[in-house]
Amino acid sequence: MIYKETGQFKSTYESDHSIFPLIQDKIAFNILMLVAFLVVPFFIDSYWEKAILIPFLIYSMAAIGLNILTGYCGQVSLGTGGFMAVGAFATYKIMTFFPELNIMIIVLLSGVITAFVGILFGLPSLRIKGFYLAVATLASQFFIIWLFNKVPWFYNYSDTGQITVSERTMFGVAVTGANAPPYATYLFCLILVVVLGFAAKNMIRSKIGRSWMAIRDMDIAAEIIGVPPLKTKLSAFAISSFYIGIAGSLYFAVYLGALEVTESFDIMAISFPVLFMIIIGGLGSMLGSFLGAAFIVLLPIFLKNVMVDLIGLSAVTAKHFEITIWGLLMVVFLILEPHGLARLWSIAKEKLRKWPFPY
Amino acid sequence: MSVELLNFIETVINGLMSGIMYSLVALGFVLIFKASGVFNFAQGVFALFAALTLVGFQTGQVPFSHLINELFGTNFHNWYPSLHSFFAIILTIITMIVLAWLIEKLVLKHLVNQEPIILFMATIGLAFVLEGVGDLMWGSDVKVLDVGIPSGGSVWLENTTIGWASEGSEYYGMYIDVLNVWATIIAVILVTALALFSQYTKTGRALRAVADDHQAALSVGISLRSIWVLVWAISGFIAMVAGIMWGTESGVQFSLSLIALKALPVLILGGFTSIPGAIIGGLLIGLGEKLAEIYIGGLLDIGAIENWFAYFMALVFLLFRPQGLFGDKIIERV
Repeated sequence: MIYKETGQFKSTYESDHSIFPLIQDKIAFNILMLVAFLVVPFFIDSYWEKAILIPFLIYSMAAIGLNILTGYCGQVSLGTGGFMAVGAFATYKIMTFFPELNIMIIVLLSGVITAFVGILFGLPSLRIKGFYLAVATLASQFFIIWLFNKVPWFYNYSDTGQITVSERTMFGVAVTGANAPPYATYLFCLILVVVLGFAAKNMIRSKIGRSWMAIRDMDIAAEIIGVPPLKTKLSAFAISSFYIGIAGSLYFAVYLGALEVTESFDIMAISFPVLFMIIIGGLGSMLGSFLGAAFIVLLPIFLKNVMVDLIGLSAVTAKHFEITIWGLLMVVFLILEPHGLARLWSIAKEKLRKWPFPY
Repeated sequence: MSVELLNFIETVINGLMSGIMYSLVALGFVLIFKASGVFNFAQGVFALFAALTLVGFQTGQVPFSHLINELFGTNFHNWYPSLHSFFAIILTIITMIVLAWLIEKLVLKHLVNQEPIILFMATIGLAFVLEGVGDLMWGSDVKVLDVGIPSGGSVWLENTTIGWASEGSEYYGMYIDVLNVWATIIAVILVTALALFSQYTKTGRALRAVADDHQAALSVGISLRSIWVLVWAISGFIAMVAGIMWGTESGVQFSLSLIALKALPVLILGGFTSIPGAIIGGLLIGLGEKLAEIYIGGLLDIGAIENWFAYFMALVFLLFRPQGLFGDKIIERV
């Protein structure tokens, strides 16, 4: 639960309803956007692209999707990996069927297809809730992975069962495939994340978002005051799956290029990490989705650097340590601040606003 | 009898018995959920950890030997050549009790009154910690676990049933793993002991009181925290039994922790709060899985539907009974 920022006096409704109610936030955000769009593309190399920025953007997208469903609508889902797989395979199939189609349209279409799959697997949520629903979404995870493994049509009967991306361009620059320059893939993901991120933020601030939150806080009470549970829950599933599907599509087309479904979309590889992201970042917070994604992308890199390069442990032992530290951090985090990094950030800001004279 | 019928009977028996193996894991889940409302995702890793520890004690491995050797260039391996299984099991039980106490002390105590999802995530974190620590302590290679439980096909049964088929047909007798028979016997003993314990002892009564209503239990002077330690310790014990069974069958390795995922459909089928539910849910899931694998999977010529069929069964079931077979009725108030 992240509350509205206060402390700066507003005199019009427009300024009161703005996305960033604090002037410092607005300035910081604008600077961040300027750096992201105008500075980073000139300095990005393939290490930063493949190891940090692209995974961060893609996981942020997935985290936004899951946050809509779990953080805002209160429906716990463990099927993120499955939905991302749907996005990836939809991209692959559309690419083979329509070689001329623009990559942007392919990615968005994959999102739409995933949204429909999401609605289908969201149907049980009308009957069951809580942990029962979480386990039910696991069913979708296992079923989807199995389906993509066992039905050769999905991977075009290739011998290895792998799907491989072909090169697609935008404005004459390759965006997918092995020849894509780092700045192109980065900008492609960045544009999608920024545009869809704003869309999500605005949905959350409007009627549909308020109805999600009403269902989350108490579904029976929401129903009594006239929020239709069917429409609300299914719309949350659809929109969440749309975002997750786009994340899956980018994960395949832009990030990995070639993948095998059981390995890449396993429950341990995607579903749980994305769930950690939104919990460590902050359930029900847009900022939290990004912070969580950054945390989870950076932590393994940091740990690997410290343990393998600095202390000199073997890679296997370092991996075990990484798992342990990972788990410890999660537990410690949940104990110290169950509302996540976003909440910590807002506490810090509050303290700073009152800084010389706290009351 | 015709060969088809005999094959069907064999499938049913094997399904029921593999279901018992799922029940063993589900049982630990249910106990913890009932007593502390925590959906303990770490139950599977508990089983792995217990099995690793048991093997470690049996073979006298020095804990953290890999790590110590790597850091200081020493060459430790074993304290002693081997230890009798009985003592190793006792030592493992003590370890699991200490573990339960630590978990209560370090994790649960601080998360009282948090939302269920937070507690659930904490147990996922716990699962990671235990998995990492288990690997660091005992090494991550696949280990052979043998505590003297016989395994492999029963020759006696094969020889007995070979004559049941009608004259002239090709039939080689039923194949039933002796290990599964033992698992069944042990599960029956375990459940009976649990039932007796919770019905006829003072602590058992306290346990049931806590499961019924935390606040009421607190107000009549039952210490929630000691009950939690007890429940987690019992779950640790059950996890050890499950770890022994699964470890004997397929070796002690990381994939052992994934049996937790197998136990989830058992739970939703049987209900999160019912011990008989865990057993009957396990039987149903095991049966359904084996029948589906052979009859549906064989018919459509697609394999490995075992992976999701259990979930599918549980899901269909949920649509008609959202609280599972024996779960408490869900009553909602505004």
